[in-house]
Amino acid sequence: MRRHVISVLLENESGALSRVAGLFSARGYNIESLTVAATHDPTLSRMTIVSIGTEQTVEQIIKQLNKLIDVVRLTDLTEVSFIEREIMLLKVRAVDGGREELKRLADIFRGRILDVTENSYVIELTGDDRKINGFLDAVGRDNVIEVVRSGTTGMARGDKSLKP
Amino acid sequence: MELSGGEVLIEALREEGVEFLFGYPGGAVLHIYDALYEQNSVKHILVRHEQAATHAADGYARATGKPGVVLVTSGPGATNAVTGIATAFMDSIPMVVLSGQVQSRFIGSDAFQEVDCIGITRPCVKHNFLVDSLENFAETIKKAFHVATTGRPGPVVVDIPKDFTTPGVKVPFEYPKTVNMRSYSPAVQGHPGQIRKAVDLILSAKRPMIYSGGGVVLGDAASQLTQFVELLGYPITQTLMGLGAFPASNKLNLGMLGMHGTYEANMAMHDCDVLIAIGARFDDRVTGEIESFCPHARIVHIDVDPASISKNVVVDVPIVGDVGPVLEAMNTLIKDSGKRADTADLAAWWSIIANWSKTDCLAYEHSDKLIKPQSVVQSLHRATKGDAYVTSDVGQHQMWAAQFYGFEKPRRWINSGGLGTMGFGLPAALGVQLAFPDDIVACVTGEASIQMCIQELSTCLQYGAPVKIVCLNNRYMGMVRQWQEFNYEKRYSHSYMDALPDFVKLAESYGHVGMRIDNPADVDAAMDEAIAMKDRLVFMDFQTDQAENVYPMIEAGKGHHEMRLNPARELA
Repeated sequence: MRRHVISVLLENESGALSRVAGLFSARGYNIESLTVAATHDPTLSRMTIVSIGTEQTVEQIIKQLNKLIDVVRLTDLTEVSFIEREIMLLKVRAVDGGREELKRLADIFRGRILDVTENSYVIELTGDDRKINGFLDAVGRDNVIEVVRSGTTGMARGDKSLKP
Repeated sequence: MELSGGEVLIEALREEGVEFLFGYPGGAVLHIYDALYEQNSVKHILVRHEQAATHAADGYARATGKPGVVLVTSGPGATNAVTGIATAFMDSIPMVVLSGQVQSRFIGSDAFQEVDCIGITRPCVKHNFLVDSLENFAETIKKAFHVATTGRPGPVVVDIPKDFTTPGVKVPFEYPKTVNMRSYSPAVQGHPGQIRKAVDLILSAKRPMIYSGGGVVLGDAASQLTQFVELLGYPITQTLMGLGAFPASNKLNLGMLGMHGTYEANMAMHDCDVLIAIGARFDDRVTGEIESFCPHARIVHIDVDPASISKNVVVDVPIVGDVGPVLEAMNTLIKDSGKRADTADLAAWWSIIANWSKTDCLAYEHSDKLIKPQSVVQSLHRATKGDAYVTSDVGQHQMWAAQFYGFEKPRRWINSGGLGTMGFGLPAALGVQLAFPDDIVACVTGEASIQMCIQELSTCLQYGAPVKIVCLNNRYMGMVRQWQEFNYEKRYSHSYMDALPDFVKLAESYGHVGMRIDNPADVDAAMDEAIAMKDRLVFMDFQTDQAENVYPMIEAGKGHHEMRLNPARELA
């Protein structure tokens, strides 16, 4: 079992997202995260799917995705050298001495404090999956009031690109 | 030329060469039906239930190779069609289903007869389209036919909001000559390197086995397959969907494989050292227990759908391409190479197979008191000289038809293999008969299945479809009863068909001929009499042995080499 980051270029049409989501639920494939938005070409959406599975399962996921008529091209980023980023907004309890500690932690992880109240901070953090989980662990999950994560996005390093 | 949406649709169907439109009117398609009223290019067949429209179009498609076309209204029209769409999807049948939809401004408002047809059909179509403007309508239809008929075929739904078919609203019409879809370009030719690799492996086999499926029928590659098999002299077995792609009477043919396949075919699968899978998808009814599937074999797999490759069984040499061109390339390579498998090895393999064949696994106990269902299928074969189109429903009768009819040509055996849809047989036979009015079309069915779409007896009368219904009536849902006998200690829970109609009177009330046959001695004469009535639909109600089971059988969790044989076969 391995974590795969699959990048998909698909027609920016109504229903395209539900075809992909439906495929995963109908065939019992795991989705860790899924993000999608239009690209610089408004006819195309770019989707990033993170899934954990055996090599055979992920091979099937890729083939089944390719079979969808709305999918123009796709690639398994984990097969190449790639960059992944996710953004997290974290509302965390910040009282007394803990406020300084949280500020230091946010600095160490290169997070930004976006909102401050007497009792809480909202911290923005960008990074890969491990960094974000590392920050959550460092903050202490008991202190977390609310978390929203964008899900992973990714792109191959170097000259490789996903084009129609 | 300026046309309304309804007229655009009719013109598009004409351009696509559509002969028959199987449909049922309703509110959302009234504009389209109005456009259908004054034209002669497309013949509309009014079914009695939308499920039957899809099955009839499906039968037409399977028999002709052309896409079946269906027109239904929104809401219940669309949902009734879903079973037929899923049936076509599972067996990769080209079909275009045109469904009406409420006006675009009402979509999402829970309007009268509104359902999310795109959402409901999404998991059981190759693709679906919601028409978004009158301007794009013709192009959408063109794309629908293109997607349905190319690559691995399948059903495509086009959902048409009513406002795009309003009679007064017209657009300039020009039917596109070609389709440009950047996201869809199915492979046709196989990779030459893979083909060479496959041929090397095939020629190195000591115990080869060819396993062909419905893809050979769909790809119209029966002649290429026959040449391939005869060139090599290897044994071949077919799946339920592949029957007829290689002649049943050819001595290289070991018959069907899988759950109710022959002993020799399944044993050869288990013991082979090279398996050549052609247009087949390693379905669970074919493989038996996957852990013990072909334990000694290296596997070549030819399929037009890359997603079929290594889905259930990991293969050694995959070839993605249309089976016809791939087999042609292989045949050329084999001929040019001058090489063949080692003759001594092959002869030794054939002698092992000959021993298995001595089991005579399809033999059954004869009786002069009870009609044996197998004998009825054999009688049909005799009376039609093995040259009929045979549709079936789902259950024991389906297996007996597959085992005992002996199909010599592709596209003659028409059944719901993947989804296993009871109710398929009669409407499918209607579709086949319309395509081939002069041929014999028989529907082998049971008293349970036939009642699921029996209303189509009416459609058959209206359009003069003289289908020969061969009902193997054992007063049970036979396959359910068989499983209950084997696995549930004969507790026949709700598998008994009580309060059956008098099928003779029923057939007569629909304006057809009904016959009831109780004695084994009368089977042949009744069959001949029915077949001789060329212009009449005949419902033959054969009262068959209630206790008969389908043998041989691979039970759940068992491998090809662990078949359950008919305990009565020595008595034959």
